[in-house]
Amino acid sequence: MSQAAVKPEDAGIPDPYSLTLDQIDMGKAELYPAQAHWAYFERLRKEDPVHFCESEEFGPYWSITKFNDIVHVDTHHHQFSSEPQIVIGDAVDFQPPMFIAMDQPKHDVQRKVVTPAVAPMALSEIEPLIRERVGNVLDSLPVGETFNWVDLVSIELTTQMLATLFDFPFEDRRKLTYWSDVAASGPQVGDNSMTEEFRLQELTKCLEAFDELWKERLAEPRKNDFISLMAHHPDMQNMDPMEYLGNLMLLIVGGNDTTRNSMSGGVVALNQNPAEYEKLRADPSLIPNMVSEVIRWQTPLAHMRRNALEDVELGGKTIKKGDKVVMWYVSGNRDDEVIDRPNEFIIDRPRARHHISFGFGIHRCMGNRLAEMQLKILWEEILKRFDKVELVGEPVRVTSNFVMGYSNLPVQLHVK
Amino acid sequence: MVRITYVEHDGTKHEIEAPEDRSLMEVAVENMVPGIDGDCGGACACATCHVYVEDAWLSKSGEKSEMETSMLEFAEGIEENSRLACQIKTSSALDGIVVRIPESQH
Repeated sequence: MSQAAVKPEDAGIPDPYSLTLDQIDMGKAELYPAQAHWAYFERLRKEDPVHFCESEEFGPYWSITKFNDIVHVDTHHHQFSSEPQIVIGDAVDFQPPMFIAMDQPKHDVQRKVVTPAVAPMALSEIEPLIRERVGNVLDSLPVGETFNWVDLVSIELTTQMLATLFDFPFEDRRKLTYWSDVAASGPQVGDNSMTEEFRLQELTKCLEAFDELWKERLAEPRKNDFISLMAHHPDMQNMDPMEYLGNLMLLIVGGNDTTRNSMSGGVVALNQNPAEYEKLRADPSLIPNMVSEVIRWQTPLAHMRRNALEDVELGGKTIKKGDKVVMWYVSGNRDDEVIDRPNEFIIDRPRARHHISFGFGIHRCMGNRLAEMQLKILWEEILKRFDKVELVGEPVRVTSNFVMGYSNLPVQLHVK
Repeated sequence: MVRITYVEHDGTKHEIEAPEDRSLMEVAVENMVPGIDGDCGGACACATCHVYVEDAWLSKSGEKSEMETSMLEFAEGIEENSRLACQIKTSSALDGIVVRIPESQH
């Protein structure tokens, strides 16, 4: 799901002002790796913040582009359902149930079962382990060479974390990375590198591996890993295999594509804003605030989708019962009515936590505190070792209207 | 003015006087009381302003909405007297209210 870095004009992407409003389809995945989406969203926020589009690829849908309108949709879950799907495209024939794409009451029941694995109490217990691993990964990096930060740091660290959260065999952990990529790809998010058939085949292998672990955990006393929590809970232990797979996909992607791309995004943001990197070096106590700013600036997941359960008036438009509604978090985080100088990366930004990357309401990101902790530790340990992580080439971004990610960040390290 | 006492998890007290009709979350954030984040800005949508309301004040602090109940379900360390500070408005009836802040917000 990757391609070389391109500029909007080179990728054949028209200027947003050369189109009529009804021609603007934010589902087009090619807009994102070319970074053309910023100008498109800016036009929509100004001229048509609640925007209807008849998309060839995804059918008719609404785009919600302003911060407060997104909060409204996200917090009115009785009007805007998360079923059957939380990405823009509809599944053809492969749609395993997962609690992110369920409404109350089942959503609440299932979410509560797995939450303890990523709640603050559990996190304080694993913090020393995370710090040790981050240190080991950073100490193993090749100094004096150009290497891909995404692969050696972002993927490696998030994958190690995932293996711990599932208590998955550590040596096989890259399988988790692969299944995450498969789960978050496909035509539903504008990626045509994998067919639905291929995805099903690969994810079936994922289910088989996890089925073994389920049986193993069930035979042991309950522990605080995701599989054990599910296997021992009366509300989840009778899930059918597809529902188990669905929830696995949710937990794998949720803990992987997101933090991975914020780990990469921080390197990009600091290199594009050298004065901010200078500020950080001078005052590492800014790290927790910077972490929130990176998560806003990167917005690792561009959107979440809902389906209207009744007619709803929003921004002067009538969203009809049954309509598909896409909340563009990546746009809400650039809304200058809520966020001051939103296009700038400011590590000491006041109220940096007030961003929309985690969503709001009952489906708000469950792993947000874990993500923040991982990023905080990463930057603390980087600053102890390196004067600079220098970006020495163009970032290569993934082609997706959902995952705002990188596949290659060529960097060189400057040791302190 | 309404007097509010926020008690941190380690027992540190913050006694603050605030005007009426402000939320306990806003007052805490404006006065730099640690342990209350208020990520969503007061929309009852993130549960990062979880507090425990001392029993004497619980019934005076109002009823929880369905949304508040739902959001609290996913917070850590929930008790009978758990509330979201953004949903409690300062008023003369709450003059002297004491709320405790949990060890962490999820």
